[in-house]
Amino acid sequence: MLLVLAMLVPAAAADVFWFGPGLPIQIVIASLSALLAESVMLALRREPLQPSLGDGSALVTAALLAFALPPLAPWWVAACGSAFAIVFAKHLFGGLGRNLFNPAMAGFALLLLTFPAEMSRWSMPIVVASHHLGFTDTLTTIFTGVPPVAWDAISSATPLDAVHSGLKTGATLQEVLARTSTAHSASIWSSLGILLGGLGLLGLRIIRWPSPVSMLAAVVVSAGLLNAIDPGTYPGVLFHLTSGATLLGAFFIACDPVTTAASHRGRLWFGAGVGLLTVVIRSWTAYPDGIAFAVLIMNLFVPLIDRLTVPRIYGHAR
Amino acid sequence: MEVTIATGRQRGVRLIGAAQRSAASAPSAASAPPQLALSLALPDGSSLVPVVRIGEYVRLGQVVAWSPDCEGTPLHASVSGQVSAIELRDAIGMSARMPAIVIDNDGRDERDPGLIPVADYTLRSAEELLARIEAGGIVGLGGAAFPTHLKLAPTPSTPVETLVINGVECEPGIQCDDMLMRYRAESMLFGAQVMLHIVGAGRCVIAIEADKPEAIAATRTAVKAAGDARLSVAIVPTYYPAGGERQLIEFLFGTQVPAGGLPRDVGVVCQNVGTAAAIATLIRTGEPLVSRLVTVTGLGVAFPRTLEVRLGTPLSHLIEECGGYTPDITRLIAGGMMMGVALPHDALAVAKTTHCVIAATAADLVPRGPAMPCIRCGDCAEACPSHLLPQELYRHAVEEDDAGLARFGITDCIECGCCDAVCPSQLPLVSVFGAARRQLQVNTVTTERRDLARQRFNAHTQRLAVEQAERQRRLKERRPAGRKDE
Amino acid sequence: MPPVVLLSGAAFVLALLGAWVMQRRSPGEQNDEQTLIDQVDALLPQTQCGQCTFTGCRPYATAMVRGEADINQCPPGGHATAARLARLLERPSKPVDPVFGDPLAPPLVAYILEELCIGCARCLPACPVDAILGAARFTHTVIAADCTGCKLCIAPCPVDCIEMRPVVHLAAPH
Ligand code: SF4
Ligand code: SF4
Ligand code: SF4
Ligand code: SF4
Ligand code: SF4
Repeated sequence: MLLVLAMLVPAAAADVFWFGPGLPIQIVIASLSALLAESVMLALRREPLQPSLGDGSALVTAALLAFALPPLAPWWVAACGSAFAIVFAKHLFGGLGRNLFNPAMAGFALLLLTFPAEMSRWSMPIVVASHHLGFTDTLTTIFTGVPPVAWDAISSATPLDAVHSGLKTGATLQEVLARTSTAHSASIWSSLGILLGGLGLLGLRIIRWPSPVSMLAAVVVSAGLLNAIDPGTYPGVLFHLTSGATLLGAFFIACDPVTTAASHRGRLWFGAGVGLLTVVIRSWTAYPDGIAFAVLIMNLFVPLIDRLTVPRIYGHAR
Repeated sequence: MEVTIATGRQRGVRLIGAAQRSAASAPSAASAPPQLALSLALPDGSSLVPVVRIGEYVRLGQVVAWSPDCEGTPLHASVSGQVSAIELRDAIGMSARMPAIVIDNDGRDERDPGLIPVADYTLRSAEELLARIEAGGIVGLGGAAFPTHLKLAPTPSTPVETLVINGVECEPGIQCDDMLMRYRAESMLFGAQVMLHIVGAGRCVIAIEADKPEAIAATRTAVKAAGDARLSVAIVPTYYPAGGERQLIEFLFGTQVPAGGLPRDVGVVCQNVGTAAAIATLIRTGEPLVSRLVTVTGLGVAFPRTLEVRLGTPLSHLIEECGGYTPDITRLIAGGMMMGVALPHDALAVAKTTHCVIAATAADLVPRGPAMPCIRCGDCAEACPSHLLPQELYRHAVEEDDAGLARFGITDCIECGCCDAVCPSQLPLVSVFGAARRQLQVNTVTTERRDLARQRFNAHTQRLAVEQAERQRRLKERRPAGRKDE
Repeated sequence: MPPVVLLSGAAFVLALLGAWVMQRRSPGEQNDEQTLIDQVDALLPQTQCGQCTFTGCRPYATAMVRGEADINQCPPGGHATAARLARLLERPSKPVDPVFGDPLAPPLVAYILEELCIGCARCLPACPVDAILGAARFTHTVIAADCTGCKLCIAPCPVDCIEMRPVVHLAAPH
């Protein structure tokens, strides 16, 4: 579990480079809240705090949630989301190993539905922002909710947001993409960081290949198909792969063992479902990114997938 | 010991740095102890019946116990001397004390005059040789102790094409098959040829693990010297449980033995290398199974080695032969690091199934942390050689859901311990599965008994009802007709 | 418009698939009274001893299903059976009430001391599972495999020649 956290470091570094020190602060807030929630829940369920608290699963949930938040979101956003993830998505389902839904994604979905405004104020990449927020400024912004300068000076849409809303205003995809190119290159760097960490996880055999491979394959195929049909409306494969939480989802979220299918074959189906739903949600619904909802929907199908993919036991006919 | 999931075609685990290998000198004969205890226990929990009396003088190779219902093969005296007791004693791997014949060794090793070799086995019929093998008390020496003559007996519906001589000792630490192949390959091949003659198979594959180069070289040389085109050597990758009969067949021939079936159903008979050598001794000298190779290993013993040991030798004597315990001995284990059983004390005696004794220290044992909840990581399923879903089995075992256990194939679990060894949550999977399987057996018997009792109760109730009705009817008939109007 | 159709279509297809799988895997559950009685009866030990105050296991099962008896009246089943009954019938779990008998008693089997038996045949109708073999004026004997250990044959015997013995097990392999 702690190795999973270590593998998030490259992506976090890229994020800090492009968007300032918001992310680490969010991770700390989310972690504290998660640990507190975990302790309270363990105490309420009369279970020993150690070893459950020390296994790091709450910290991983918190870190993944923090990655999905805007770096300058007010502190109570991360705290609420993280507590909800631990209390509702994890412990009310029976604790570690029994939760149906990915806790981090459940927390994120809740935040998206309850605090849409805070959840869409994404930071502008430092290189283009007219004002650069230092560590203290970032801290004040997160804890008071008021930035030292106007929000407009430091926030901008994510590439996915830009495409999503840009297309509605009648701009062509190419114009939108050109407008958001800096933000996109920032997100490419973050994605590379995630990719590095993900390959590390694969190399250390902490995660297995089926979920990420099938999820990315599903994204590539479905996005490629849409792009081929109508290149003016649907962005290309590379854009899908490098923007939003695609890679984070593939390597860190769809691979969460608890909430994915049990067998390799089941994980292939699970990953494919997540990939497909992500592209569907991005292309046709009110939400710019679809990872969270795609994962949550596929979580619902895990029991079904598990039933249908029981491996053939040695010596038994099909 | 370090455990990783085996990669490649086969399911299983790789075990690195487990109990140290015993010294690579030729296996020498352990001295015969002053007193031996031959356990009459059979693997299924029943026991053999003694045919000697207390005080009787027995000779080396004389039958001392047999199985009236042919569940097991006869047991022979492994020394000459006087039977001093027939009593209940602890036996390796048994939960209850089992009868044993205690013999005071007179040190003369006087042979039973009835032991005669077979001059030319090719002139004898399969039936005769099988009867010899049965009378020679030969059982599978790989650990299962299944009577060899039953395994070799011809079944017309399933002809045997291939004989597999299993030299894959996949459990780390055990080295008796390795030693046997290194130093007695010729004898093993002779035994294999006898078995080929019996089963009428066209080829014989001697399977050896890749990490035993000396054994491979010695066996290859012996095969060349034998000049028998039916014999060949196959090299099996090093992983656990490559030596499991079903896993070995899957690796060698790409076919799976059907569930509930036997290797015969796919035209294969598997025999351990030690069994082959024991058959060679029997045919060449007439001597039945009275000794076997035992590996004594682990950091808890001074000079680990593989010894030729008489059946019935107390483990304490064996340990002394190897220089005694070292101070940091923590546990005595019979069998390998994965499938072995911990022993309560060292007054237990070597039996036909005892291939290895590990005097383990803390460094030999895999440390076990507290069990955490299952995180459904699937590592166990990836390691399971039976292609089961241990995480599901575990869930149903905890919930005591017999139907669920059966659905996920608890009866197909070979209790190899791979799942247990790789589980990051340190769940005690094998022991839970073993207990669940035994409980399931008990429950099945109970259910049968209950169903029977229910049927009999219903029949009883019905019969009483019929009898009652009959009585009423008769009572009515006996009444005078006129009284009806009153 | 097309996305809406597509998504709801997909949802519909998936729902149908789910329903089909569920139906295929779990045969339709009929929860009528008889089925429930069968399920309850299956949990009972079938000793037919009457300690529960009913004339046998099935009558007790019927009474429980109809709410006329509690789940803690069967001593031969022990606490484990009481717990399973509570789970199946969704009632509060409680240990077996010792008023009905000793829930920890080991399993027994009846044995007739044949040299004492006078062949009166009074034990025959008492045995709920017809496990006693005999006829008037002949020595009787118990078929041990069929005897449930209910002790109902003890009382009728005029010469007290029936005794209960512990069930013998083979030593189990480790
Ligand atoms: S012990 Fe059973 S379930 Fe576990 S790996 Fe071995 S066969 Fe599979
Ligand atoms: S290896 Fe252990 S934690 Fe992982 S799925 Fe299997 S039982 Fe669960
Ligand atoms: S007490 Fe139990 S075993 Fe005896 S009749 Fe009643 S339900 Fe059956
Ligand atoms: S023989 Fe006696 S104890 Fe056994 S079932 Fe019949 S009545 Fe009951
Ligand atoms: S009641 Fe007693 S004496 Fe009479 S037949 Fe039965 S066992 Fe024999």
